[in-house]
Order: sequence, then structure tokens, then C-alpha cells
Amino acid sequence: MGTFILRRLLQLLFVLWGGATLLFVLFYLVGGNPAERMASGGGSRNPDPQVVANLEARMGLDKPRPQQYIDYLSRTVRGDFGESFRTREPVIDIAKRRAPTSFRLAMWAVMIEASLGIGFGMLSARKRNSVGDYVTTIAAVVASAIPVFVLAYMLRQLTGVYAYQHNWPDWARLPTIGMGDDRWILGFIPVGGTWRHLIQPAIVLAAVSTAMLTRITRTSMLETMRLDHVRTARAKGLGEKQVMRRHVLRNAMIPVITILGIDFGTMVGAAVLTETVFNLPGLGSQIVQSAKDLDMPVVLGLTMIVMFVYGLMSLLVDLSYAYFNPRVRLGDD
Amino acid sequence: MELDVTATEADNLDRSLAEVGPSRSLLSDAWRRFRRNRLAMFGLVLVVFLIVVALIGPSLVQDPLDTGGISKEKPTNQHWMGTDSLGRDVMARVVHGIRLSLFIGLIATVAQTCLGMLVGSVAGWFRGWADTVLMRFVDIMLGIPYLVLALAMVAVMGKGVTAVIITLGLTAWLQTARTVRAGFLQVRELEYVEAARAVGVPTRRIIVRHVLPNVFQPVIVLIAIGIGVAILSEAALSYLGVGVKAPAPSLGLMISESQSSFTTSPHLLFFPGMGIVLTVLGFMLVGDGLRDALDVKDV
Amino acid sequence: MAEPLLEVEDLTVSFRTDDGAVQAVRGVNLSVQAGEVLAVVGESGSGKSVTAMSLLQLLPPTAEITGRVSWQGEDLLSVPPERIREVRGGEIAMIFQDPLTALNPVYRVGDQIVEMVLAHEKVGRAEARKRAIEMLDLVGIPQPDRRVDQYTHEFSGGMRQRAMIAMALACDPKLIIADEPTTALDVTVQAQVLEVLADLAHRMGTAVVLITHDLGVVAGMADQVSVMYAGRIVESGSVDQVFDATGHPYTSGLLASLPRLDGDVDAPLLPIPGQPPSMLAPPPGCAFNPRCRWASEEAGCFTVLPPTAERSPGHRSACHRADELMAAGLLDRLAGAATADVGDRGAM
Repeated sequence: MGTFILRRLLQLLFVLWGGATLLFVLFYLVGGNPAERMASGGGSRNPDPQVVANLEARMGLDKPRPQQYIDYLSRTVRGDFGESFRTREPVIDIAKRRAPTSFRLAMWAVMIEASLGIGFGMLSARKRNSVGDYVTTIAAVVASAIPVFVLAYMLRQLTGVYAYQHNWPDWARLPTIGMGDDRWILGFIPVGGTWRHLIQPAIVLAAVSTAMLTRITRTSMLETMRLDHVRTARAKGLGEKQVMRRHVLRNAMIPVITILGIDFGTMVGAAVLTETVFNLPGLGSQIVQSAKDLDMPVVLGLTMIVMFVYGLMSLLVDLSYAYFNPRVRLGDD
Repeated sequence: MELDVTATEADNLDRSLAEVGPSRSLLSDAWRRFRRNRLAMFGLVLVVFLIVVALIGPSLVQDPLDTGGISKEKPTNQHWMGTDSLGRDVMARVVHGIRLSLFIGLIATVAQTCLGMLVGSVAGWFRGWADTVLMRFVDIMLGIPYLVLALAMVAVMGKGVTAVIITLGLTAWLQTARTVRAGFLQVRELEYVEAARAVGVPTRRIIVRHVLPNVFQPVIVLIAIGIGVAILSEAALSYLGVGVKAPAPSLGLMISESQSSFTTSPHLLFFPGMGIVLTVLGFMLVGDGLRDALDVKDV
Repeated sequence: MAEPLLEVEDLTVSFRTDDGAVQAVRGVNLSVQAGEVLAVVGESGSGKSVTAMSLLQLLPPTAEITGRVSWQGEDLLSVPPERIREVRGGEIAMIFQDPLTALNPVYRVGDQIVEMVLAHEKVGRAEARKRAIEMLDLVGIPQPDRRVDQYTHEFSGGMRQRAMIAMALACDPKLIIADEPTTALDVTVQAQVLEVLADLAHRMGTAVVLITHDLGVVAGMADQVSVMYAGRIVESGSVDQVFDATGHPYTSGLLASLPRLDGDVDAPLLPIPGQPPSMLAPPPGCAFNPRCRWASEEAGCFTVLPPTAERSPGHRSACHRADELMAAGLLDRLAGAATADVGDRGAM
């Protein structure tokens, strides 16, 4: 068990290092000179060489590339992600400012995913080949084919335009951008008008994963129902409800729960589009903006954080997998 | 162990061994199952329809770059899907947009599949350090959120169709490589492949005749789904402003351009949005249908 | 004879499939007395497992069951579902073929026995757990108080099947249906597991329906035998009657394919030629006719379904030529290999 965790942590460090290196190489070796880009105002005028030189010195770009790489790594290891090329704000401060929105959003999206995905998946499996099953299946396929921004506009059209035009009740008219008051209890329960801002992005972010989870839940349930030990449970004289709850659900939920954990990890980083559409101050929208600006320290630093969360979630999922599924013995192999 | 056999004998043995592998009737069975799947057939019809639209549509519609119309006109007899803020015909832009989506999706997926199969075969056939290095690299790539990686690459390369295709090709091959590698590892251990090796069939022939047919089925499924994903990704990148360059008619770009006027001119979002949804849906349905018909798991 | 514990009359089971209805069981009659062991013997696909599952209605919903399953006078096929649940496990318990898949991998073995006890008896958890440990002890699992908290993957194959037997016996049922209980086990532990089952059933006075394809098992453990072929019982009677005065060519063939430890060990094993028929389209007449060396046109083997007739008190078989063949001694086990060539001439 201990060796397993250690091994996985080393693996996580390796992936982080690899990701950092890959992005570093991408930006520095392929991407031209960020100082020049900045001094030229994004390419609109000829940069003044003196300005470029000053910028280079400030960003540490005047040193040789290998030196830059080593500096960059040793700073990162010490938890110093540098400062933004643009605003000179320390990356860690940007992360602190931006991360809560991303985490809250991911958390509520996973809650939506869990309740709707598992709920509809179970319903679909229990009433196999019914109208409800077909509707669920089709809805799931369609949901996974809609781009996030199209879904977002459809929702905003409904709650932000149609709802007003047709005098819908107040609760159904929702704001279309931003986080409003941004007030929370315990850091994640929205208070006052904040939930009205939260609900749409959370639904949009959850949509594709919910569709996938619905299908996975359905398949997993149907496969479990066919297993021998479920027949044994019936042969023991258990009621249908007990058979379902104790012997089908418990076993079928193992893959579902692991996917939920992984999804939380991905959503923190996958919220790029959602945050951009709804203009939310999260990590994703910052990464987009900084990537466009070639603001390398910000992109690298925030991506490292997102990767770390993702890696940590996978590790937790593996550990919980051992708890839910006694057949898996960690570290014994 | 190597048996003492002549090349001809080995070849004959190998030929008969090959018949143990997936056979022609398997494919016709799969096609029968596919045909019975109504959703999959709907997807296929959709894909065929969109390909026809992409091939002959551009010669039927107006010029997608002609700014001669009235700005943001609602659908009329002259402009069936209305006009955009510059007065361009939305239908023409959607038809050209679908053509561009299909083009990018197809080329990027072909590139991605070739790369994935190459990496996967090398890792799965040679194993050892080649496998370790390649698969660790895949782990690293998978650790970076897909859109962030693609974003960084396009940001570095600059906008444009070529940059988008290269980016998608270089970022989407991970799943293919993993699947192909798994297929190689699995097939390598099968008895008929061991038998072929034992009678001295050359490695290249074993790969071509025994191993590739076995990884072929999951790869087909991955290609169908991959095209859908590539089209979605292109739309996302263009929407974020780092994909196809304006004024090219990209569906994602069209949505991005008209997002400020979505309250007043919903048609500017609706038609390109439907274009993306239908295209992606078609390939996803075909992919799902193939997965069921070929009985491929874990893809 | 007393009223039988379980009496199955004219049981049929068919499955709806894409290619049409498959008639897996076609009019089976069985009867089990209290405390007795009935073996149901047949090749795979003969419908013996389906028969076992249908008694407690454990088949998938695509199965259609008709006939009568009379349990102490009560027809299980027409009682309400709540009653079936009482019978399952409480009065009739089942043991399945592969204990690895038949036990739930995510629960402790003890908890699965406890669950069974709690489903049928008004006892507390502690009491049920004590029972589970007792039962594990009874089936010969060492250190039962430790084993009770382990998972199935921590048990060996034989131990798992013992645990399954412990579970089946936990509520003191009157009848155990054991569906090929040793097929999935190593040959070396098969005998031990069967011995545990036979011994406990005997001591607790539990009747057993033993589904098996292994005539060797039957000889060692059963009182009564029913031989199934293509969804029908072709011969039934006491072990002595069926083994020593065989009344059906199929049984005879099964016996001839069995290695013998008594008498001539060098006698060749004679497999039955051919395959069991497809249950989608079984042949007309006697279903065994394509594989029977005695099948003849005049006797009606190819056209008329052979009726089941009594050969001696309690011994019945369904063969047009049974009386004639039995009289000539051609079906006798001891005749076996020696009569093989005589048989060929007889068929001409």
C-alpha cells in the first residue's frame, strides 16, 4: 500500500516534469520570441530593439535556452511559478485568485453529473428497451455531440432571452454571464443570487460527462444483472429491491465512481470553454487568454496546477477503487 | 524455437494459419448487425448526406465571402438561413463550413491514426525500452488537458487550417497508440502467431497478416469517433480564436463572431451550431454502431 | 410410498430468441422423496440445468415455463412472488456450478451467509453471524471464525464451494438443488466436496437434486437417477435399476463411455458418436435416433415419439425397442464393450 502510493506519486512527479518540459519546449523553441511579440503589440508595429532587449532581460530571456530551462525547473520545484510577462503579477497569486471558481464549478458539475448520470443510467437499465430507455440513449448521444459553446448559447437563449420575452417566473430568468455576488458558504455552497450564476455553467460543463456516465452506468448495470452472483442472490430468497440495491448497484457502481473521480480532475482543466463562454474568472479562461498572449509563465504555472489536480484525483480514485473492490490489492504485485 | 522448414512450406503453413484469424464472414456479420441498429444507420445516412453537401453543396450556394447583403437579415427567400453582420449568406457559409470541418476532421484523423498506429506498433512489437519510452511519453501527453495542449500548440504555430490540422494530428493519437499497442501485446501471445513465428514466417509478414487485422477493428471504431472529436476540437479552437483564420467559413468561428448579437439574431448561432452538432452526431453514431457491430470493447 | 417432497409434472421451458423459440425442456417429470438424493444426468445442452433453474424461477424473463412444480402439494409456478421468495433459500436452496462467479466478490463470505439467514429468519445479526461460523465449520473450513470475514478471492476453489454449501444449508432447507457442483473444481477436490455435501445432506435429512453429467458421481451418491436427453427424461429409476438393468440405449452409451474400475480395466471406452440435436429443430420421433445404433424404421424410432413405459416397478424408460433390447441383454453395462460388434450386426 505504502509503496503503491509512493510509486504513484513518483509517476505524478514524472508526468508533471514531462508536461512542464513539453510546454517549455513548445513555447521557447517553436514559438518565436515573446518579448518581440509583446513589444510589437501582437505584431502590429515594428518593435523597438531597445524595448525588446529590456523585456528580454526582465523575463530572463537573454540567458541561453538550457540555462533558462534549468532556472525554470528549479524555480518551479521551489513552488515559484514566476510572474506574468504581461502584468508582472506572480503566477501563484493569479492561481489563488482564479482557482476557487474553477474548483466550485467542477464540484457542482460533478454533482450534477453524478445525480443525473447515475439516475438516468439506472432507470434506463431497469426499464431496458422501454421508451424511456431509448429517449435516454438518444439524449446521451446528442448531448455528447453538442459543443459546449453551442449548448451554452441554447441555454442562455432560453433563460436569458425567451424567459424574459414570455414572462417566465423570476427563478427561471437567469443571468447569462459572470458569477454575480460570488458569495459562498463553506467555500462551495452558493448564497443569495450566486446560484443563479452558477447553475448554467455547471450544467454546461457537466453535459458531456453526464451523457457518458449515463451510458456507462446503463452498461455496467446491465452487465452486472447478468452475473451469476445476482442469480445466487435471488436463489437466496432476497427481495427484488435487495437484489438490486445490494448485489447489482453495489457492484455496478465501482466503475461509475472511479469515472466520477477522474471527471472531477479533468473538469478543473476542461472548463476552458465553459469559463470562456460564461466569462467566468477561472483557471481555464486565464489559460486561454495567456496562451493567446504568449504569456508563458502563466500558461505553464496554471497548467501545472491543473495537471497536479488531475494526477492527484487519479491517485485517489485508484485508492478508493481498492476500497470498493476488495479483489484489488494495491502494491502486492 | 525454430522449426526446419523451407520458405514455401512456411508460407503455406502461414496461409492456413491466417484463416484462423478474423474471417470475411465476420465482416458481413458485423455489417448485418450494423444494419439492424437504427441509430447507427441514421448516423451513416447523416454522414453520407453531409459528404454529399460538402462535395456538391459549394457549387449550389452563393459566395460565402460576398458581403453584398443586408447585415443580420433574418432568413428570407433569397437567404434561406439569413445573413451575418457583414451581410454574407449564412447558408453558403454553413455549407462551406461543413466542407471545411469534414476536410480538417478527415485529414487530422488520418494523420493521427497513422501516427498512433506507428507508435502503438513499435511499442507493442518491440516492447522493452522502446515501449517504456513511448508509453511514458503518452502518459505525459495525457496528463496535459487536451484543449490546453492544443491551445498552446496553435498559439505557438499561429492560426490557420494547416496549424489546426497539425495540432489535432499531433495531439489526438494517444488513444489510438494505446489501443494498437494493447492489440499487439495480446495478439503476440496468441497461439497461431506463435505458430507462425515458430515456422519462421518473417516478422513483417506476421505483423501485416496476423496482427494488423486484429487491431483493425478497434482502430476503425476509433477513426469514426476520432473524426467527430476532431471536428468538435476544430470548432472549439476556432471559437476560442486560435483556430481557422477569418474570413474562412469555419462553423466555430461563425459562432464566435456572432456571440455578441445572440439575443437579437439567434439564427447566426443556430445554423452553424446545427451544422456542428449534425456532423459530429453522424460520426459518433457511426462509431457507436461500429463498436457494437464489431463487438469492440474498451474503446 | 409417502407423498413426494417435490413432484415435477410435464415441465416445459422454452426461450424466445431471434431465430425462434428454443425448447430447452420438453415435458419433464421428476419426483423427489424427503431425504433422498435424485441425480439428473445428461450431456451439456440436455436441459438439465434449465430444469433446475426453472423450479425456483431463476431463469431470465425470455423463458416461458409451463407444467406443474408441486412442492409439498403447492404448485410453485402459480404461487405469488412473495411465496417464491420464502421457498428460495428457506425451503429449497441452490448450489451453483462455479462458486467463484456465484458468490459476490465485493462482500465478505460470512456476510453473504448472514444475508441469507436474515432473509428467512427473525434473528439478530450477531446470531446470524454465529450461525455462519457454525456452518463454515460444519462444511470443514478450518478457522471458520477467521474465514468468515474473508472475501471469495481469498478462498481456494474447493473452499469456495464448501462455503456455498454452508450457505445453502444455513436455513435448514428441506431440499438442495446442486447444479453441477463440482464441474468447476480441480479433480482432486471434487470428491471431497461431494462427500461433504452427501454427508451433511444425510445427517440433516435434506433431500438433494444433483444435476451432473458425471455418472461416476451418480453411482457414489445418488438413490434415484433420471437421465435427460434433448429436453426429455429418457430413463429414470433407482441407481441399481438404471446401472444394472439399463432400459435406454442412451444410458447404455453413457455407461459404456465411463472408465470402469471393477472388472476389465483394459476394456476400451466407447464414446457416443455424433452430437446432441439442435433444440431449435429437434429430429422427429425419438430425439436420440441419429446417434442410436438400434434405431429402426419398423419400431417407429424415426417417426413416433417413444412413450415412457415402466420396465420394472419404479424403473421407466422411453424407448420403442427397450423391452426387446433388454431381453437380449444388449443394453447391459456388463455386456458393454463385449456386445459392441454384436450390436452392429443387430442393427443390420
